[in-house]
Amino acid sequence: MIIKLDDVTKIYQGKAPALNHLSLEVDEGEFVFIVGDSGSGKSTLIRLLLKELDPTEGEIYVNQRQLSRIRRKQIPKYRRNVGCVFQDFRLLKDRNVYDNVAFAQKVIGASNHTIRHKVPVILSMVGLAEKYRSFPDELSGGEQQRVAIARALINNPRILLADEPTGNLDAGNAWEIMKLLDEINKRGTTVLVVTHNMEIVHAMQKRVVQLKKGVLMSDSGTDYAAGV
Amino acid sequence: MYVLGQGIKNIWRNKFFSLASIATMAACIFLFGIIFSLVINFQEMVKEAESGVTITVFFDEGISDEQIEEIGTLIAARAEVSHIEYVSAEDALQQYIEEYMDGSEEAAAGLAEDNPLADSANFEIYMNDISMQSDLASYIEGIDGVRKVNQSVVAANILSDFNSLVGYVSAAIIIILIGVAIFLISNTVATGITVRSEEIGIMKLIGATDLFVKGPFIIEGILIGLVGSAIPLVILYAMYSRISSYISNNFEFLANILTFLPSSTVFMYLVPIGLLLGVGIGYLGSSFTVRRHLDV
Repeated sequence: MIIKLDDVTKIYQGKAPALNHLSLEVDEGEFVFIVGDSGSGKSTLIRLLLKELDPTEGEIYVNQRQLSRIRRKQIPKYRRNVGCVFQDFRLLKDRNVYDNVAFAQKVIGASNHTIRHKVPVILSMVGLAEKYRSFPDELSGGEQQRVAIARALINNPRILLADEPTGNLDAGNAWEIMKLLDEINKRGTTVLVVTHNMEIVHAMQKRVVQLKKGVLMSDSGTDYAAGV
Repeated sequence: MYVLGQGIKNIWRNKFFSLASIATMAACIFLFGIIFSLVINFQEMVKEAESGVTITVFFDEGISDEQIEEIGTLIAARAEVSHIEYVSAEDALQQYIEEYMDGSEEAAAGLAEDNPLADSANFEIYMNDISMQSDLASYIEGIDGVRKVNQSVVAANILSDFNSLVGYVSAAIIIILIGVAIFLISNTVATGITVRSEEIGIMKLIGATDLFVKGPFIIEGILIGLVGSAIPLVILYAMYSRISSYISNNFEFLANILTFLPSSTVFMYLVPIGLLLGVGIGYLGSSFTVRRHLDV
């Protein structure tokens, strides 16, 4: 399995636990929705998986690595294996589409030759090959999220985390993004999507993990995908 | 390459604050340069003054040449003595005639026959460490065959006291200036970090190493330091030779006291020190701030 949470509790100082003894396993190649109201601990889960935060109790394993054993200096390397996209896209507004995607490659020290080769390929995969010179503000929300996805994928991560990726999009664009994530998953990347868009969740027929106040309420398991 | 490029871009994006920092840095290095030029010239003048005769040693009457030589060896062996010069009675008279009996050959000839300065043979002692003067004088007084030791106590003490006072004051001013410069550069970098905190957050999520994130800010600081120190050095260079020649030409009565070092000598030290100081301040200012603001 590629992600494993073992009895994980996260308490922000002086507050009720954001995650309360949560155990969860995700196999390689799965597509998992994490659903729940605000305050359910969904975003905390994402931040723990990115090692932006450390759990108060319990252990997290990603790619067979125990996150508590990753030293501060090794965090950047760890994150390169975990792509992530967010509700607010988080693109660099002063750079065009090409440079935003290329940026992720520069960060890992890829050669210019590699970058020139890979960026167009990934942009055409997300359907933005022709808009490579546009700036984020010139794009629709759906297009911006595609750029973010391209950026998350260009370093070939084994896991893609998406925190409310359709939160700022209209229904049509939301669907397009979900289909893209599904396609990415079919190519072998494990995809974890945090959302509260239940319409999409029901329609996609994937594994659904429901959290409430940091506790696991239900887990449809992989059976859901089989149509149970 | 990327880090360097970003560093330059930072300065450009942050034009107003970069400019302010460069100006402050320039002002700092400019003042430093002025103080440095003054101090180095003053020290040269002090050294010049110090290297003058500070102790004169006279001998007992009827002393033999061998004894005088022995005394000379003893004195010359002291570490603080740079060299000694023997002035014979004839030399002393010659000096006297030159100084006071200008042109009156006859009187001079008369004196030469019956030298009134017969007992005035002496050692002139030149020192390389003027603060040891009193010690040396009392040592010499203890030597057999020495009649009298003359020393210019006042001059010696004033010079060395004044010298260290100038040293302390300029050190204090420079330290304050450096503090101000570091503070301003760190503010500039902090502003840059705040403005681009979102971008930095994105970098970290993508998996940028600390060096990759911090590098551009440190380069920014170093470049500000470099530019901010190069500008005043050029101005100072242009000013120095003009001012020193202006003073020498227009205040000739000062010519004996004020001797300026040539600008090549001053700037041989000032340029590397100034640039190093600028780069160092830039590096310190930015790396402090980066460490404080980017530890995520």
